[in-house]
Amino acid sequence: MSGKNNADGPQSSQIVVPGEYLGFSEEFEAGHGVIIRNGNLMATKNGKLKINGKIISIEPLHSQYVPRPSDLVIGFVEGCTNNIWFIDIGAPFNAILPMSLGPSKASFGSTRQVLDIGEAILCRIQEVEETHSSVVTMKGMGLRKIRSGSIDDIDPHLIVELSRDGNNSLRNMKEANDCRIITADNGRIWIDGEIDGIISVRNDLNKISINSRLLKEGGVA
Amino acid sequence: MGGYGDIKMIDENGLRMDGRSATDVRPITIETGVVPVADGSCRMTWGTNDVIVAVYGPMEAHPRKIQRQDRAVLDVRYNMAPFSTTDRIRPGFNRRSREISKVTADALASVVLLEMYPRSKIRVEIEVICAEAGTRCVGLTAASVALADAGIPMTDMVVSVASGKINDVVVCDLNKEEDNYGEADLPMGVLPNTGEIVFLQMDGDLSPEQFQTAWDYNVNAAMEVHKIMVEALKNGGAK
Repeated sequence: MSGKNNADGPQSSQIVVPGEYLGFSEEFEAGHGVIIRNGNLMATKNGKLKINGKIISIEPLHSQYVPRPSDLVIGFVEGCTNNIWFIDIGAPFNAILPMSLGPSKASFGSTRQVLDIGEAILCRIQEVEETHSSVVTMKGMGLRKIRSGSIDDIDPHLIVELSRDGNNSLRNMKEANDCRIITADNGRIWIDGEIDGIISVRNDLNKISINSRLLKEGGVA
Repeated sequence: MGGYGDIKMIDENGLRMDGRSATDVRPITIETGVVPVADGSCRMTWGTNDVIVAVYGPMEAHPRKIQRQDRAVLDVRYNMAPFSTTDRIRPGFNRRSREISKVTADALASVVLLEMYPRSKIRVEIEVICAEAGTRCVGLTAASVALADAGIPMTDMVVSVASGKINDVVVCDLNKEEDNYGEADLPMGVLPNTGEIVFLQMDGDLSPEQFQTAWDYNVNAAMEVHKIMVEALKNGGAK
């Protein structure tokens, strides 16, 4: 059928689509976004092919955050009960923040006085269950309520790109715009500083997002 | 037999009313990322058909009773805009849109790796802006592209094409007149990498030989359409 691999074999940075054959499983090991079917490696996502030694994986052009323990995330308070906050961390499921792991002491029933609905927090994933539900904590250095600046979103896999080469591109952005930038693993970025700097950083992040998705100006190629 | 038998929809040379041969497919364009707020989206034109698909999720499945502990659920909604045909369509769900939503969800469920997202939901919204013929095929094909654009893991993309019979001749990819006045219609969903069929419906009568011809036309056309889908996903848009 039409999806058989080309004679040259898989090449790094090549864009692949779901169902595309990438080679034989004896030659490579399956990494992220790749499965083995009938002895063949097959792409399951639309993205850039990465070959690292014998491991072949796909860096998706669009991804959704999947929480992992110890990830630093930026979340928004979506709701609360007498002793628990529900936090939107951009994953399929909201995380919970128990009162015992909150930012400060709160008495039973006064959760909204500490963190109200709609407020943003910098927190860390403490635990992820098999069913993808997660618990976050605000006990730790630097974890706090976000009171100023702006929060922007990019695809979570682009955070890794931004942090590559010893945070070079992030450092340049910070220096050029005189802003404080904190990247979270769930693709949210906290930008704090003067308004011009924030706008400039947001424009840069927007460009990175657009380039990663290969969207061409004007739409149809 | 059947339909408007005296209307000649194919001539002696095998040319149809719109100048296509029996195996030709109408012109197709695919554009991805057309709905910025969606996780993945696609606009597909196929002849005069114009369909927009937006994919949201995986997200928490609500109400909770629809959650599956071992897999995600696909929530597909196919809808034709009231202005998509010459006769105004009453807005909202109807028997036909429910049926198409269900068969589309079943076809997509065979390729999407739903077990990777337990208890969640993937929402697929198919909106037909302009309808000519074969909107269920366009919707299913465009939904595959939108799911791939959203980064949802899949083992393959479903390509759907319909063949049918006009004036006792089997032809591929029916247009509006052929669909309305023809004698049979066979829409199919094909997985291009394996040739498996994940969706098949039939309206009208076909002899075993005609059925085989329609099947072959659909599979061959699906391979052509798949190339356009791949090009669209690799380049952000394709014609």
